[in-house]
Amino acid sequence: MSAVLQNLVNQPYKHGFVTDIESEIAPKGLNEETIRLISAKKNEPEWLLDFRLKAYQKWLTMTEPHWQNVKYPKIDFQAISYYAAPKPKNKLASMDEVDPELLRTFEKLGVPMHERAALAGVAVDVIFDSVSVATTYKEKLAEVGIIFCSISEAVHNHPELVRQYLGTVVPVGDNFFAALNSAVFTDGSFCYIPKGVKCPMDLSTYFRINTEESGQFERTLIIAEEGASVSYLEGCTAPRFDTNQLHAAVVELVALDHADIKYSTVQNWYAGDENGVGGIYNFVTKRGLAKGVNSRISWTQVETGSAITWKYPSCILRGDNSVGEFYSVAVTNHYQQADTGTKMIHIGKNTRSTIISKGISAGKSNSSYRGLVRIAPTAENARNFSQCDSMLVGDQCGAHTFPYIQVRNNSAKVEHEASTSKIGEDQLFYFAQRGIDAEEAVSMIVNGFCKEVFQQLPMEFAVEATKLLSFKLENSVG
Amino acid sequence: MNINQNPIILNVRNLHASIQGTEILKGIDLTVRSGEIHAIMGLNGSGKSTFAKVLAGHPDYHVTQGSIEYEQQDLLQLSTEERAQAGVFLAFQYPIEIPGVANSQFLRLAYNTVQTKRGGEELDPLEFDDFVREKMKLLEMKPDFLDRSVNEGFSGGEKKRNEILQMALLEPKLGILDETDSGLDIDALKIVAGGVNHLCNNDNAIILITHYQRLLDHIVPDFVHVMEAGRIIKTGGKELAHALETHGYEWIRKNEQHAAGVST
Repeated sequence: MSAVLQNLVNQPYKHGFVTDIESEIAPKGLNEETIRLISAKKNEPEWLLDFRLKAYQKWLTMTEPHWQNVKYPKIDFQAISYYAAPKPKNKLASMDEVDPELLRTFEKLGVPMHERAALAGVAVDVIFDSVSVATTYKEKLAEVGIIFCSISEAVHNHPELVRQYLGTVVPVGDNFFAALNSAVFTDGSFCYIPKGVKCPMDLSTYFRINTEESGQFERTLIIAEEGASVSYLEGCTAPRFDTNQLHAAVVELVALDHADIKYSTVQNWYAGDENGVGGIYNFVTKRGLAKGVNSRISWTQVETGSAITWKYPSCILRGDNSVGEFYSVAVTNHYQQADTGTKMIHIGKNTRSTIISKGISAGKSNSSYRGLVRIAPTAENARNFSQCDSMLVGDQCGAHTFPYIQVRNNSAKVEHEASTSKIGEDQLFYFAQRGIDAEEAVSMIVNGFCKEVFQQLPMEFAVEATKLLSFKLENSVG
Repeated sequence: MNINQNPIILNVRNLHASIQGTEILKGIDLTVRSGEIHAIMGLNGSGKSTFAKVLAGHPDYHVTQGSIEYEQQDLLQLSTEERAQAGVFLAFQYPIEIPGVANSQFLRLAYNTVQTKRGGEELDPLEFDDFVREKMKLLEMKPDFLDRSVNEGFSGGEKKRNEILQMALLEPKLGILDETDSGLDIDALKIVAGGVNHLCNNDNAIILITHYQRLLDHIVPDFVHVMEAGRIIKTGGKELAHALETHGYEWIRKNEQHAAGVST
């Protein structure tokens, strides 16, 4: 197993459990000492150390979940090193040193030239663009009082906000991976939209991630005060390589009265090669609390990467008339496995939720939709509409749907629709007879299949996602 | 039968083809010159549709013997899409449904792909919209056709019209119409036939596959071929179709056996 868990900091065992403050890499394994080390290195206040320790104690009592429809070798959590000081990326001198395969991918995806260099890690002074953009970006946000920074910065500069909300949506003991994250998270994003402010632009992690590594245990917290609204974009379509195999992120969203949070993700972590070797294990807990009346939380995700995806962005609809949405496209190819879906927890009156899930499986991959719609006794006149469609490319892949519906209020209206389709030889022959090759045909069919979800993405993201999908399914037929 | 000295578009010699090891075509010979309309008739299972699919390059069928020359090229060396780009068009007997893909999008991609390969200009969505609407008038199609998913929920007649619309857009050299008349009421038949007639000219050729004479009242063939058991057993002019209508296929079979007996 330790061979599979090729960790960047997978170094020979040196100092036992004696904490070496001078060392930039923590010894392997997880114990209280490690957590104290992380907290000390980050110069954290006492309350955050307590938060971490509490999470760790919970984690010790928990077992790794096994209900998901994915298979992977056992993870040895004591073989991971949980802290490495951020170090500058190893810069390449020119584009000529970049892996040609990576360049081909950028080409296919249509990643703009200056971004290619940045993403490939080339030290070119020409990458002023993202820097200058990032600066103007920050100034503009500050004008309207929006805080957008790393969570470490927020802990120091806005401790009262972090303390008030951290762990309120995803409690420290929520699940095995969330508890692990709460104990050891190193960094992530923090975003605060003050009362009545409509964020003037889409907030994108892209500008942040280039300057600092957020690591494998990422933590994100977004708060929209009364009447505020924000659209947040996570990830980018360019492939992201990482030597850490296990990723366990936590994202918490809080929307107060009349607030609106839209969270869009394009996930393209390394998926392993065509033989299923390597790839990221992505175990993510994402949850939004629609706390106030008339608030809205909307998740849109395009999941194409990772060897294993375990992810259920959820909405707790506590405020009356609050709205939850989940739009998802999950693509798996080769030996990828995805078990993803959502939870819509209706608590307030007149709460509404919509679930649109599109799963595409190709190669020998497996894709599952798993979703829970729960209508609490208090949720008068709650409504849910769910649609789960699966598409198979080839005949060696699998698609599965696991919908859970719990209704405890008679006034609820819950609808579930599901379909499974297959890209058939006949369809491809029809396209070919009109002069269109199989690659373009699959791309057109799949993008047609995902239309409802792509419409939810910001325009530029949608264009990129369309290309990404075609790219992922390249050579999956014929 | 008229004497035509136009260039040969299609030259099929001793064509044998099989699917999953079963031989369906057992030695077809056929010559088609530009400006000609050929009708291929025959009972179910005689190999008519297989012949159409083999010409278009369906991957399930394997040519085991013989040759197909198209416009002085070896057609068997071309992939399905290369054949389409080179001007071979098949109007499907059962047009395929493509859910989620708008007809307009599909038509434009097909048009632009083929145009590019032929050295022509691509059309942007607005230009294409004008262009396709003009062609749709020919087939009396409603504009909402463009917004619907390809063939999804189309009636039989709508599907067939959509096929001929594609033929009008792609301007093939060789149009193969596989039972385009089946499932059409008389009004739709007239519209479709009118569309096909409009597209026929001295530079292209049509192969009509049909069971019935009634299509041939509207699209008049220069040659009628009768297929049985994977071969063309008789060739004649348009009057052959009338004779078939009157006497049935049994009549030909007897005649042919008789003829065969005489010649040996």
